[in-house]
Amino acid sequence: MAVHQPLPDLPPPPSERGLWGWFRQNLFSTWYNSIASLVVGYLLIIWLGPVINWALISAVWTGEGTDDCRPGAACWIFIQQRLGFFLYGFYPAELRWRPNIVFVLFLITVVPQFFPRAPGRKWLALFGITGLPVLGFVLINGGFFGLDPVATSRWGGLMLTLILAYVGIIAALPIGVVLALGRRSEMPVIRGICVTFIEFWRAVPLITILFMASVMLPLFLPQGVSFDKLLRALIGITLFQSAYMAEVVRGGLQAIPKGQYEAAQALGFGYWRSMRLIILPQALKIVIPGIANTVISLFKDTTLVLIIGLFDLLGAVRSTLSDPAWRSVAAEGYLFVALCFWIFCFGMSRYSHNLEKKLDTGHKT
Amino acid sequence: MNSEEHIIAPVESAAADEDIIIVRDLNKWFGQFHVLKSLNLNVKKGERIVICGPSGSGKSTFIRCINHLEAHQRGEIIVDGVVLNEDLKNIEAIRREVGMVFQHFNLFPHLSVLENCLLAPIWVRKTPRKEAIEIAMEYLERVKIPEQAHKYPGQLSGGQQQRVAIARSLCMKPKIMLFDEPTSALDPEMIKEVLDVMIELAGSGMTMLCVTHEMGFAKTVADRVIFMDGGECVEEGPPQSFFNNPQQPRTREFLDQILQH
Repeated sequence: MAVHQPLPDLPPPPSERGLWGWFRQNLFSTWYNSIASLVVGYLLIIWLGPVINWALISAVWTGEGTDDCRPGAACWIFIQQRLGFFLYGFYPAELRWRPNIVFVLFLITVVPQFFPRAPGRKWLALFGITGLPVLGFVLINGGFFGLDPVATSRWGGLMLTLILAYVGIIAALPIGVVLALGRRSEMPVIRGICVTFIEFWRAVPLITILFMASVMLPLFLPQGVSFDKLLRALIGITLFQSAYMAEVVRGGLQAIPKGQYEAAQALGFGYWRSMRLIILPQALKIVIPGIANTVISLFKDTTLVLIIGLFDLLGAVRSTLSDPAWRSVAAEGYLFVALCFWIFCFGMSRYSHNLEKKLDTGHKT
Repeated sequence: MNSEEHIIAPVESAAADEDIIIVRDLNKWFGQFHVLKSLNLNVKKGERIVICGPSGSGKSTFIRCINHLEAHQRGEIIVDGVVLNEDLKNIEAIRREVGMVFQHFNLFPHLSVLENCLLAPIWVRKTPRKEAIEIAMEYLERVKIPEQAHKYPGQLSGGQQQRVAIARSLCMKPKIMLFDEPTSALDPEMIKEVLDVMIELAGSGMTMLCVTHEMGFAKTVADRVIFMDGGECVEEGPPQSFFNNPQQPRTREFLDQILQH
């Protein structure tokens, strides 16, 4: 009998490549796929064409007021004229350099997070969650180092949206992690507190919480004690989202096999260290999509502060639309708001994808 | 046969300070189920003990009690002079000195092989990083995979992962190593590479407690073999007499089952 010889490795069979190959494979693989592709293509052209024409090609970009606008074309004069209000609300124009500095610092800390090889990325992130909020408060609020104070009631526009979302996100994540750990604690009192907290906040609509914070809370406070409205909204949003975050993180914790806890224990790690070094890095990695979901919904939920009289981006645009001079440009206004939100939310979504790819060590336990 | 005959007198302890592990009258229940029944064991420094028995006999639970991965309800465990009770300080002191290797390796998948070996020495033993790396590379060489140091556990075969797990435990410089069925989850071709590492470790004078079905390993390495069934220690003795001349009918039955093929 012949001695067994292993067969050599062969290259895989060639597949169709290039643009034409892609088209053939995905759009025109069968006669009914070809018909469907053509119909969908035709519909896209007849629907998308006018929209692009309205929004870009025949749109009016510069002018003084609605008188310069043409019917059947987008009137971006509206945005151009009112941009300051949309970005800063009633924040005094001569002091807007202060939020601008904070925004530049925000970009400096956030943009490198998209590039794994950016130098000092981790230190910037640390600054982003500790120094930036403090510095941002000092600069935007004023009242320190001879900076003129600006009452929070004058903050608004995109600036307010970003402040609410940023503080909400960096506060809700750690609170959520602690609540998730607490809910899985073996100590009944701690577990009870965490379960009650999570179930309470999760079962109440955010609008109710904001109403309670702005209408009911002052009734319970002693006379003369006032609580900043923005701060109340911020606390409401943070606690509300941290309850959601806690459940997302708990899902991750439950996915970690018992063996990981045991290996950590057997090596002599105490509870907090094994959580920080071994369990949480894995659990949080698993639930990145869920965390991104919660963070994005938090960002969008900040628009609800409108109902307690804070003018975030959406609020600023809506209040301008109630001005008779600008009544005819509602579509442009809402499109602008949608675009702003889309840019930030899409950015967060991309970041979470990057993070997932970067942290993937290629297997499950 | 009545169960009285099963009970083996505790090993006559030599000078107590030579015994690195002392187990007296250990009892444990899972709910109503009595899993460990009055176990006694004295292990001398450098002694190599193999624990075998059918599944569900409590052998894994027994060695998991020794580093308190399982709590016992009655009896006494003293490891390296420290009494194992509910005091967290004692538990963590014992765990620092007792390494454990699991059936499913339990490597940390988010860390490279080297980082797996560094984590505990740096954070628990407070070893400086540079020194910890030297120690880790030394042990990775000893288990013959220094070239995999920068890979992630998911990129290694089962046998390699288990060898990393052994190295990870050894990096803590433990006085005792516990093995909980270290080869049961491995493909047949990988069992040998892990056993070779364990045999080498046994030769270096490490105190070892192994739960295993590898009877060949027990014959070559063990100083004593313990046979457990139904949460009891049925029989124990040096491998020579244990395999060739088992005293209890239950032991004979078990050995017949596993050695006949």
